[in-house]
Amino acid sequence: MLQFAIKRLGQSIVLILIVTMITFFLMNLAPGGPSSMMRMDATEEERAAISEQLGLDDPIPIRYGKWLIDAMQGDLGLSLSSGQEVTDRILERFPFTLQLTMWTIVLSIIFGVLFGIISATNRNTWKDHTINFGSVIGLSVPSFWLAIMMILLFSVQLKWLPSSGVGEGSLLDQFKASIMPVVILSTATLPTIVRFTRSSMLEVITQNYIRTSRAKGIKERTVIYSHALRNALIPVISIIGVLIPRLLSGAVIVESVFGWPGMGRLIVEAAQSRDYNLVMGVTVIVTVLVVVCNFIVDIIYSKVDPRVKNMG
Amino acid sequence: MKELLRVENLSVDFQKEKGFIRAIDNISFEVYPGETVCIVGESGSGKSVTSLSIMRLLEYENGKIANGEILFNDQNLVEMSQEQMRQVRGNDISIIFQEPMTALNPVFTIGKQLIESIVSHKHVPKKVAWEQACELLALVGINDVNVRMKQYPHELSGGMRQRVMIAIALACNPKLLIADEPTTALDVTIESQILTLLNDLKNKVHMSIVLITHDMGVAAEVADRIVVMYAGKIVEQGTVYQIFDEPTHPYTKGLLQSIPNESGPREERLYSIKGNIPSLSQLPAGCRFHPRCEYATEQCKKSEPDLVVGNNRKVACWNFERVINDKVEQ
Ligand SMILES: Nc1ncnc2c1ncn2[C@@H]1O[C@H](COP(=O)(O)OP(=O)(O)OP(=O)(O)O)[C@@H](O)[C@H]1O
Ligand SMILES: [Mg+2]
Repeated sequence: MLQFAIKRLGQSIVLILIVTMITFFLMNLAPGGPSSMMRMDATEEERAAISEQLGLDDPIPIRYGKWLIDAMQGDLGLSLSSGQEVTDRILERFPFTLQLTMWTIVLSIIFGVLFGIISATNRNTWKDHTINFGSVIGLSVPSFWLAIMMILLFSVQLKWLPSSGVGEGSLLDQFKASIMPVVILSTATLPTIVRFTRSSMLEVITQNYIRTSRAKGIKERTVIYSHALRNALIPVISIIGVLIPRLLSGAVIVESVFGWPGMGRLIVEAAQSRDYNLVMGVTVIVTVLVVVCNFIVDIIYSKVDPRVKNMG
Repeated sequence: MKELLRVENLSVDFQKEKGFIRAIDNISFEVYPGETVCIVGESGSGKSVTSLSIMRLLEYENGKIANGEILFNDQNLVEMSQEQMRQVRGNDISIIFQEPMTALNPVFTIGKQLIESIVSHKHVPKKVAWEQACELLALVGINDVNVRMKQYPHELSGGMRQRVMIAIALACNPKLLIADEPTTALDVTIESQILTLLNDLKNKVHMSIVLITHDMGVAAEVADRIVVMYAGKIVEQGTVYQIFDEPTHPYTKGLLQSIPNESGPREERLYSIKGNIPSLSQLPAGCRFHPRCEYATEQCKKSEPDLVVGNNRKVACWNFERVINDKVEQ
């Protein structure tokens, strides 16, 4: 276990290095460069002074090195557009994204697994066909289009749900405000979980041990929901690790459409204002988040499948 | 004595893309209390399908009982609902399968899988079930039971897993144990250990055993009576002495000739019946065995022989008298 953790830590560090390096270089290659974020009325001298102060005159690799050394000490620098600490700006937004993605992943797992089982145990019936059809729709309809359609229907026409924001005051308002974002975000994850559960379940129920469990005379419900499901979930768990980055990139679109003040919108704002410290900060945090989630997924995986106990 | 199990004119169909295919055609046999009946036949002759249909487990695959009765203690299993069958399975009739490596659930401990079969038929507290499970493991010859109980199937060898399967099967003292080639996947020393174990257990707990095998040598060791199957039909049945001393079906005779002779010279090539078992979709007309049979006549190509009963044995062959006489001449 320890060996495995160390190996994963090493891999994660390499991953974070590569991701931040690419982001850093791309940012600096963009036309205008980071100094164009400065006020339009800045004079030539002011520009030079600020460039000097921010170290913008150094070559890119040196600047990346400096940034990296600071970042490793927990200092992500100042936001160039607001002057606040990058860490503070991220922490301010982080809970909103967490709220959105947690709900999405929890609901996607619950309903995804449930629909997957229903689909598999009622193979080739109308239930199966309906669920399959729903998954295909969910996967193929672009989420921004679906978001706009939902806003038109539920906010503009029916006036049931707010079209943007996180909901003021009461818990009910907050709940109503998060319905549409969570639903839209789920279209990226739910259908995948449904399909994985279905195919994995279909494979598992033909296995010899399922026949054994029936031959023992245990209840059919136990056969499906304990013996079969426990095995069918193993591949589903690993797909959840893959879905987490997809979820976070989905959050960028959803948060922008619904004016949701999370990290997804923050990175868009940061990129638009060439606030490259902020872009780098969000990139690092998101990458670390993905790495941590995958690590958790692997731990759960090894708990569910006794055969992978001694991995490393 | 009254029979424990009576299979009567049983036919089994499988659903295929185009219609049904008959895998078991009108078979009948019975099992008496305390006896061991061996079902023998080549691969694909329908032995596993027969055992699964007795357990009514075929419905979970694409199979269905098309015709016939399976009377267990005078109750017709064919007419039972799956819920009623659930109470028979593992309780009155148990089965162990051909593939010990994959027959246990990989994500549950041995203990859990054993206890589960105890508590699904008996209302006993967890602690009592645990103790009974340990006793069962000891009964099937497993040491360190407290360690084994907490292990997962992948931590056990094939022979061990088959012992665990036997323990699970015996959990509720069944009256009938169906063992579907329990040793095919195991090596020879383990094979004889498992067979000895089954024989000892049969005497200890007084149950009947239906042992399925394609190995006539195994049948000779353990069987009281033998049922010979070929391509979904029973071609001959009788006591172990009748079958071995005086086979009346050419197929049985062929099977007996292909037993390796331990005393004979090693290099001698083993006899094997010429040709292969036909697939169910391309059964020959007349007797199913005739293309491979050295006794075949015109009659064999045209019409299928019925099982003829005589002298407490049955055979389905037009030429059984010639087969018997042939033996006398030898
Ligand atoms: N689920 C199924 N669907 C269709 N055909 C099947 C199915 N199960 C078995 N069969 C067919 O039924 C026939 C008998 O198979 P069965 O498994 O009973 O043979 P067997 O005598 O047990 O052979 P073996 O010694 O290999 O175990 C075979 O021709 C097989 O192809
Ligand atoms: Mg078989």
